[in-house]
Amino acid sequence: MTITVTLNGKRITDDVAPDLLLYDWLRQKGCLSVKCGCETTNCGLCTVHVDGKPTLSCAMLAVRADKKTVTTLEGLQEEAIEFGGFMADEGAEQCGFCNPGFIMNVLAMKEEPDVYTWTDRQIKEYLEGNLCRCTGYAGHLRAIRRYLAARQEGMK
Amino acid sequence: MKVVGKAYRKKDAMQLVTGKPVYTDDLKPNGCLVVKLLRSPHAHALVKEIKKDIALKVPGIVCILGWEDVPRTRFTLAGQTYPELSPYDHAILDQRLRCVGDPVAIVAGETEEAVDRAMKLIKVTYEELEPVLDYTKALDHPVVVHPEDDYQVLVPSINCDQKRNLITTEHFEHGDVEAQFKECTHIVEHTYHVRAVSQAMMETFRAYCYHDLYGRLVCVSSTQVPFHVRRVLSNALKLKKSDIRVIKPRIGGGFGAKQSVVCEMFPAVVTHLTGRPAEIIYTREESMTNGSPRHEMSVTVKLGCGDDGILKAMSMYTLSNGGAYAEHSPTTVGLSGHKGLSLYGTPKAYRFDYDVVYSNTMGTGAYRGYGATQGEYAVECAISELAEQAGFDPITFRKMNMVREGQIMPAYYGELCQSNALDRCLDRVCELIGWDEKYPAKRMENGKIRAVGVALAMQGSSISQVDEAAVELRLNEDGNYHMLVGSADMGTGSDTTLAQVAAEALECELDDIAVFGVDTDASPYDSGSYASSTAYLTGRAAYETAMELRKKMIHAAAGCLGIDEADVLFDGKTFSDESGLHSMTLRELGVHSLGGFSGRMLSASVSRVSPVSPPPFMAGAVEIEVDPETGKVEILQYKAAVDCGTVLNPNIARGQTEGGLVQGIGMTLFEDVQFTDKGKLRNNSFMQYKIPTRLDCGDLEVVFESSYEPEGPYGAKSIGEVVINTPAPALTNAIYNATGLRFYDLPIKAEQIALGLLHRDER
Ligand code: FES
Ligand code: FES
Repeated sequence: MTITVTLNGKRITDDVAPDLLLYDWLRQKGCLSVKCGCETTNCGLCTVHVDGKPTLSCAMLAVRADKKTVTTLEGLQEEAIEFGGFMADEGAEQCGFCNPGFIMNVLAMKEEPDVYTWTDRQIKEYLEGNLCRCTGYAGHLRAIRRYLAARQEGMK
Repeated sequence: MKVVGKAYRKKDAMQLVTGKPVYTDDLKPNGCLVVKLLRSPHAHALVKEIKKDIALKVPGIVCILGWEDVPRTRFTLAGQTYPELSPYDHAILDQRLRCVGDPVAIVAGETEEAVDRAMKLIKVTYEELEPVLDYTKALDHPVVVHPEDDYQVLVPSINCDQKRNLITTEHFEHGDVEAQFKECTHIVEHTYHVRAVSQAMMETFRAYCYHDLYGRLVCVSSTQVPFHVRRVLSNALKLKKSDIRVIKPRIGGGFGAKQSVVCEMFPAVVTHLTGRPAEIIYTREESMTNGSPRHEMSVTVKLGCGDDGILKAMSMYTLSNGGAYAEHSPTTVGLSGHKGLSLYGTPKAYRFDYDVVYSNTMGTGAYRGYGATQGEYAVECAISELAEQAGFDPITFRKMNMVREGQIMPAYYGELCQSNALDRCLDRVCELIGWDEKYPAKRMENGKIRAVGVALAMQGSSISQVDEAAVELRLNEDGNYHMLVGSADMGTGSDTTLAQVAAEALECELDDIAVFGVDTDASPYDSGSYASSTAYLTGRAAYETAMELRKKMIHAAAGCLGIDEADVLFDGKTFSDESGLHSMTLRELGVHSLGGFSGRMLSASVSRVSPVSPPPFMAGAVEIEVDPETGKVEILQYKAAVDCGTVLNPNIARGQTEGGLVQGIGMTLFEDVQFTDKGKLRNNSFMQYKIPTRLDCGDLEVVFESSYEPEGPYGAKSIGEVVINTPAPALTNAIYNATGLRFYDLPIKAEQIALGLLHRDER
């Protein structure tokens, strides 16, 4: 089946098998930041943005992305460097394998209208689906807090 | 200190957070064959026939290998220094299948679809055999898990008896334990059970292989033990080590899982036989069912003290389940007692016995903590129970008995404890959590109960006189350095901390040292990243190497300047004499060394074996809230104080601690391991095997109370493993304080607490 997808700002047309997962298609297209940690839609490692919304690419067929905009961390490098800097300063990136999916979800979260007023609990709930086995999550929260504070500062 | 102790970013941090392709599967060459394994549905069976003719006709299938098609060799997958203590009981493929999921056939093809189709078309005839699934009955069971003749034990002192399903057995006694127990007025004895929990690193097992331009076998692997991978492949395929090259890129977590060479032999044998590049990626399910989980253990602890609350004797018997294969079985078990019992220095007598047995359950391996986790969980629960029986609060009781700096530790190989801030660690967590106000428990207005619990922990730092580590440092012509390492940074930041140690010794900036690793063709030998060895042992090698290079550089500079070596001052940038009349920069020396002037490239490599294994210590205190209606335990806060000696990089050390705590919380409250009566693992995905999410772990706070370890680099000890050991006992103790229920089995699930409370109230 033929699909046309705007992938990281570029329009591509491709012929895909009807049962091909978006995850596999993205890796075929060289978006190697997208990782897989489970087969059961439980880990969040494969999170990408589809029409701006965080989506598990392992739970979506490539054909469903037809006429949609798909963004991976390859397409958000500046944002990744900005938020990732806070991760790095907290030592919260560790093995890094969960980072792209997690960061994609954080970058979606930052667009939530009232995110600057969120409690720690709200942040954790939003990101609950992103598992990490290395960090114990504490560094993630510290990095997010600093990142949000810096952004808010920048808005003033 | 200028560089050591600073919270630098990891050298690879920005590559990781921007999602660069740095992991095994990101790097594979084009045209890599897809390798998958057809696995046994039976816990114990013989392969009678593998019919593969129809499957071979699937377009794109390149080979299907059964046990008769692969080299018949026996080896161990355990990543350990040669001669390995783990018996040689593994084959690439075997006719005898010893657990559900044991590989029956290796299928390689051009595409995943082709391989999946072929797998369905292979017809295997099995002769089903009776399995021995209950490890508590495995010793001397009529069913023998490893009856084969080519089974090999390299180190006879493990006392292995293959025909009895006995992997190892041991008796250790110091002092007269029975006589001491007779004098005790208070005794506690219980058996504690820990399951075969899974490391659940986010990147599952994976590797790819190809032949290089010389026709040698190259294996790129997500491993903690590149040099041991090389040995295992050389054993499995009967290749010379010089004909194998192993490369470790970035790896997505290990936690001990990747201290076993779980999957590398499958693509290796495909490449070996077909000449084609080949890759295997374990599914999450395979990683759970046929990985290298923690050893299931039943730990029976007996402790006794007098009315004065001073321990007189401690004894432990550990029965450990090696499962189908004995990887790490002879070694993990030792830590349960040698570390668990050594937390306390007052007893006059110690006894530690153990048996490790085979059974037809999944093979086991190394998981952070490596047996110490199981043993310390048992000891730390029993200590709290004994304290109560003897009329002491758990903090006072621990302080009266804990191991102290300057003591000889009889159960810890008789080593002298040269650095120990455990007392300060305990004080600190009590203060942070508000122990005095909160102990033992408080009922809240909403009916929930808040309670606190505490536990101590220790580990080692490298395996003394076994692990070996080297680094190599080279001076470049522009006055900066290359450091080649053989230890595996697995997200632990060791590439960075090792460079910090070298930079401190060379008085340069961290950025002046580029780190390269790991490639067995280029890196100096390192036994690998396990047994809490990297910061301590490889760190010490980095220090020694830097000092050696310093000496060489000063010698060379003295020659250039025409002055006496003893008169050369070096501040990291310039060599000069005291007057400053003679001087040259490091850059000038670099140019001199490589510019054809001296014929002396400046480099150094020093390897290091440690005579001792200095324990890091820690204390953990948790505050929980229990809902007596549902039994749900919510962690409010967890306070941890760690003595890892000098902290090389506080960010990295803190991250290690937080991660270890949450893994410990997982095994205590969530991570369940259940088998069907046919020996099939039920909890084989993240759906059934629940690891903690960010909502499950409360607020963590980590502080450091440093001692100074004279054997370590700048006083450092290890940190990677000790951090997983406190949650199980601290939480078990807190749950007791909240509910009056004592649990002796992990995980402690909400329904067990709710039911326990119901029964208690009925009584
Ligand atoms: S890979 Fe785990 S949720 Fe997609
Ligand atoms: S950093 Fe390793 S899984 Fe999150």
